[in-house]
Amino acid sequence: MTGAAGMGAMAIILEDVSHHYGPVQSLEKVSLQLPRGGAVAFVGPDGVGKSTLLGLISGVKRVQQGKVGVLGFDLARRGDRAAFLSRVAYMPQGLGRNLYPTLSVAENIDFFGRLFGLGGAERGAHMKRLLEATGLAPFPDRPAGKLSGGMKQKLGLCCALVHDPDLLILDEPTTGVDPLSRRQFWELVDAMRAERPELTVLVSTAYMEEAERFDHLVAMDEGRIIAQGPTRDILAQTGASTLEQAYISLLPEAKRPAGELLNVAPWQDKGEAPAIEAQHLVRRFGDFVAVDDVSFRIGRGEIFGFLGSNGCGKTTTMKMLTGLLDASSGTATLFGRPITAGDMQTRMRVGYMSQAFSLYEELTVEQNLALHARLYRVPQAEAGALVNDVMAQYALLDHARALPAALPLGIRQRLQLAAACLHKPEILILDEPTSGVDPAARDMFWGHLLRLSREDRVTIFVSTHFMNEAERCDRISLMDRGRVLAVGTPAELTRQYHAQRLEDAFIAVLEDNSTEAAMVAPPAVADPAEQKQVEAANRHGGWAGWLGFAWAFARREATELARDRIRMGFALAGPIILLCICAFSISFDVQNIRMAVLDHDQSATSRDLIRRFEGSRYFVETRPIGSEEDAHDRLREGGVQMVLDIPPGFGRDLAAGRKPDLGVFIDGASPFLAANIQGYADAIILAYSLDRLGGASTAVALPALIEPRFIYNQDFRSIYAITPGVLMLTMILIPAMLTALGIVREKEIGSIINLYASPAGAGAFLIGKQAPYVVLAMVSYCSLVALIVTVLGVPLKGSLLALTMGALLFVLASTGLGMMISTFVRTQVAAIFATALICLIPSVNFSGLLYPVSTLLDGSYWIGIIFPSSWFQIISLGTFTKGLGPASFGTAYLALGLFALIVIMASRLMLGKQEV
Amino acid sequence: MKRWAINVWLLGVKELRSVLKDVTLMALILFAFTIAIQLVATGLKAEVSNASVAIVDDDHSELSRRLRDAVQPPYFKPPVDIAREDVSAAMDGGRYIFVIEIPPRFQADVLAGRSPAVQILVDATAMTQAGLGAVDFQRIFAAETLDFLHARGLVAALPVTVTSQIFFNPNSESAWYSSVMQIVTNVTVLSIILVGAAVIREREHGTIEHLLVMPVRASEIAFSKILANGLVIFLASIASLWFVVHGLLAVPLAGSLALFAAAMVLYLFSVTSLGMWMATLAPSMPQFGLFAVPVYAIAYLLSGAATPLESMPPAIQMVARLLPTTQFVSLSQAVLYRGAKTATVWPELAMICGWGVLFVALAVQRFRSMLERQG
Repeated sequence: MTGAAGMGAMAIILEDVSHHYGPVQSLEKVSLQLPRGGAVAFVGPDGVGKSTLLGLISGVKRVQQGKVGVLGFDLARRGDRAAFLSRVAYMPQGLGRNLYPTLSVAENIDFFGRLFGLGGAERGAHMKRLLEATGLAPFPDRPAGKLSGGMKQKLGLCCALVHDPDLLILDEPTTGVDPLSRRQFWELVDAMRAERPELTVLVSTAYMEEAERFDHLVAMDEGRIIAQGPTRDILAQTGASTLEQAYISLLPEAKRPAGELLNVAPWQDKGEAPAIEAQHLVRRFGDFVAVDDVSFRIGRGEIFGFLGSNGCGKTTTMKMLTGLLDASSGTATLFGRPITAGDMQTRMRVGYMSQAFSLYEELTVEQNLALHARLYRVPQAEAGALVNDVMAQYALLDHARALPAALPLGIRQRLQLAAACLHKPEILILDEPTSGVDPAARDMFWGHLLRLSREDRVTIFVSTHFMNEAERCDRISLMDRGRVLAVGTPAELTRQYHAQRLEDAFIAVLEDNSTEAAMVAPPAVADPAEQKQVEAANRHGGWAGWLGFAWAFARREATELARDRIRMGFALAGPIILLCICAFSISFDVQNIRMAVLDHDQSATSRDLIRRFEGSRYFVETRPIGSEEDAHDRLREGGVQMVLDIPPGFGRDLAAGRKPDLGVFIDGASPFLAANIQGYADAIILAYSLDRLGGASTAVALPALIEPRFIYNQDFRSIYAITPGVLMLTMILIPAMLTALGIVREKEIGSIINLYASPAGAGAFLIGKQAPYVVLAMVSYCSLVALIVTVLGVPLKGSLLALTMGALLFVLASTGLGMMISTFVRTQVAAIFATALICLIPSVNFSGLLYPVSTLLDGSYWIGIIFPSSWFQIISLGTFTKGLGPASFGTAYLALGLFALIVIMASRLMLGKQEV
Repeated sequence: MKRWAINVWLLGVKELRSVLKDVTLMALILFAFTIAIQLVATGLKAEVSNASVAIVDDDHSELSRRLRDAVQPPYFKPPVDIAREDVSAAMDGGRYIFVIEIPPRFQADVLAGRSPAVQILVDATAMTQAGLGAVDFQRIFAAETLDFLHARGLVAALPVTVTSQIFFNPNSESAWYSSVMQIVTNVTVLSIILVGAAVIREREHGTIEHLLVMPVRASEIAFSKILANGLVIFLASIASLWFVVHGLLAVPLAGSLALFAAAMVLYLFSVTSLGMWMATLAPSMPQFGLFAVPVYAIAYLLSGAATPLESMPPAIQMVARLLPTTQFVSLSQAVLYRGAKTATVWPELAMICGWGVLFVALAVQRFRSMLERQG
């Protein structure tokens, strides 16, 4: 492939590149030149800086020190990033990490096409070609999350290649993928390179035998390059026959593995009862049969290997053995006892290691192990020593205080194994324990397993994708699509399928049973004639381009949202429930106040006054009170809210004009209620006094009438006043929550990398992500308004247009606020809490829902004015109760629009386009 | 049992470590229990206060001036003179809650015994102020007019005087009420979210699954989360009550702080359990977030902290009184303001505890099926 180097240009020029994460140095003064059109493999154990280097070359990571020149672009300069990124494809580490699991195969590719600004016809043509080339053509509608690991990687490759890049960067693309899929994947890459010789391919891999396919090699260790050059030269230079040996001889003396030979005496069946036995095990998820009639017996101390492509039912079988899942039918026993969920005795005897890292990221290595020890009932006094022993045994002492997130994958897996073995279990169930672990670490790992098995007679049930690991098992079982296809010792199986190596036997078994096998010989990837057309096709720039990007993000977000029925349900039903309950229940029209009378007088006059209270709709009289102490007690217990104290001789004094003094005792715990009670009581007594006055001198009528007129709400019914406010409340609480997790979640899952690696801008990303939620919130708004008018019977007196314009601006502001929160928090928990707090407090208290904004004081007044809720409250109340039109809301529209603009700009500023 | 307690303790310590590590979250909690409380407590008044008033005085007499002067702070802002034709626009814009209209020849008509009417236009969309304010105006103007006539010897003085005594909060200070109610609201929101999200995060990271392979029971996981998160919220709320509400805002706390703290413990148990149960129902974090909104919003609005329970329709009132948040709000008012003792509030305590038991039972029972659905 070095023919392309004749063009004379270098694809990649690195000069003194250094990179660090906090105090940890990841790359140290790396300098490198790689030719255009080359195929380069980066090898080295975990955590030596391979991923960082590839991240820098792809433009996803920000250059910290040194010069990174790729395809003639200087990546330290920010100017022409978009032009550069549209020529590069980057597939990050982790199986399907940058794919969208709920989107179908075709939708994923289509999204990536749009992300690189491809036109409709171009996307269609490329997709068709790529699907055929990768053998995914029969499954365009299958969701990416339901693909097997191998198919996921092929889809990842399709997505990377859809825009015909000049540089393809694959970071450990075959980690966790079964041998057949791995073989197919590399055949695809080879075919592609044959079609397009000018394409430069950079690959990092932990499989040394894979690196042998590449004509150029870069070997790394501890952030430095220890050797680089044509693969043939390196092999010749070190005099090694395989790259694995070559790499080891390149390492400094101290770091070479001890070379412990792992050949141990074979396991012997002593005719004991089996440690694990499964009979006709079946597990269904709905219609899908994940495990179909699986039976096996595993003897004590045996190492039993489980092989099969991803998604073939290995993990489900293991989960049934641990009691995490119940079997749909069939039985499984451990030590002859059936597996039941609550069986603590059995759990004490089993150690489990899941496929993904499942220890606590927030605890240090030592704390994680100590927690395990204590939960496995190791007494506190012994736990410390045990943890130390285990850390020494698994070479974790240097990392005792480190957080798992800061450790390379290999060390994390070692930690998981240490945790699983800590309590000296009799059975170990290990689900792909070495996936993504480099060869040296894997050797060490298997050393531990063999020792456990042979010395401590631990039964080990392990699944793996590595053939050299499978060869170390006493027996292996090949599984495909839920069924066990073959069981036996590695030697037996190799013989049975007339194969040279176990890998070939494995592939032969799968091909016998697979319908997907037809795609092994891929057709042409690129059609040269079409190629030219593509080059000529105008990838739109400027405003049209920006809109195209925003549309791509919006389409994807909308599709994901549409697939998540539960979320849609909550988003639409939540506001309706909230509105109905609140509109009916919130009211300030205080009635039925519990009162009691302390009547010292017991005269006809006092009874006349009491009747005034009884006749009022505001008061409900409870049993009379005997004494002052009794009055206090009743108030304290909350039995009554008001006590009317009629003094002795009240009737007599009143008749004599001696102005008797009435006492009114009020429960002031709630000031609002107290003020109401006082107002009502005063009004009743005043009316009574005036009547007495009028009665005494009949010539004088009531001197002046005071007429309150309740406008906008003549009946003074709370539902009219409150419903528009509740509309405001639902339209901020729920839309903000819709967007609040958008970005922090993409960061956590890793799909944000697609933004970093594409020419699309962060602004287009934000607007695109926001748009579907604005639409959803507007749909919700329509349903709420319809509900208010029809079911709640609150008429919309003013202009619907005015209300809708306000609602649109308000929804832009509230979803924008959610986005802004999402860009500045680090965890999803914090995002939810921040959104709840920031939306609830000002909207309820400072926006005119319960208390008019004009009565607020200083700080809270300004919060009310700045926060968008108060402005939409004006619009909502104005249109519903005051019959106003758009002309009345100029200021409110302006305020809402400004707020929306500011939060969107702020999110844009806080969201970078690169990783550190 | 001893084993159960040890495991809860071990997992609880772990839980505490991970909560304390989220700096943003801790900062938000700090904000919620200090600045937010202070803002809400000092920023708003539930009674008529600082209400905006305009006056259209077509009389310009002594009596009309007396009426205007009777409208006084802190209840009302000084009345602003406006022209009759501006009334409608000003009220549409929400600039005034009350507009007083005194007709021409008002004083003359009063003296002649013709009973002229003063009109008070009330913006009834401002529910908290409108009703109370209208009653206030009636009382103030009636008293003022009687006084005016009495001074001229035209009528006798009012035959009765009234002495009102407001107990437990003699000056009707809103801050006393709103500060404590805001603490309750914060506790509700935080409990639901913190515990619920902790469960979902563990599930998304696969750590719960890992724990359930170990000799650990679902109830141990549940209680460790309730205890650890509950402890954080408990300390934050009690510290806020003591330092912010009692210290900074100088609210006297009449009742037993120990009784309130005990009630808070029970309330935390019931709301954190609710959050955990909700987490077992909502499979992912975005779904949980949306699920939580109506739950805490309704719990708050029906609790009696925002609007009086007495004014709700009877059917809703009955349901609302059963809810744990409502129970806790009424208990807090009884204990902190009225100094109620255990003998008075035990029914609320029992109810809150009962809810907690129900929620935690539902949550634990769903733990395993929640994991299965994931597979």
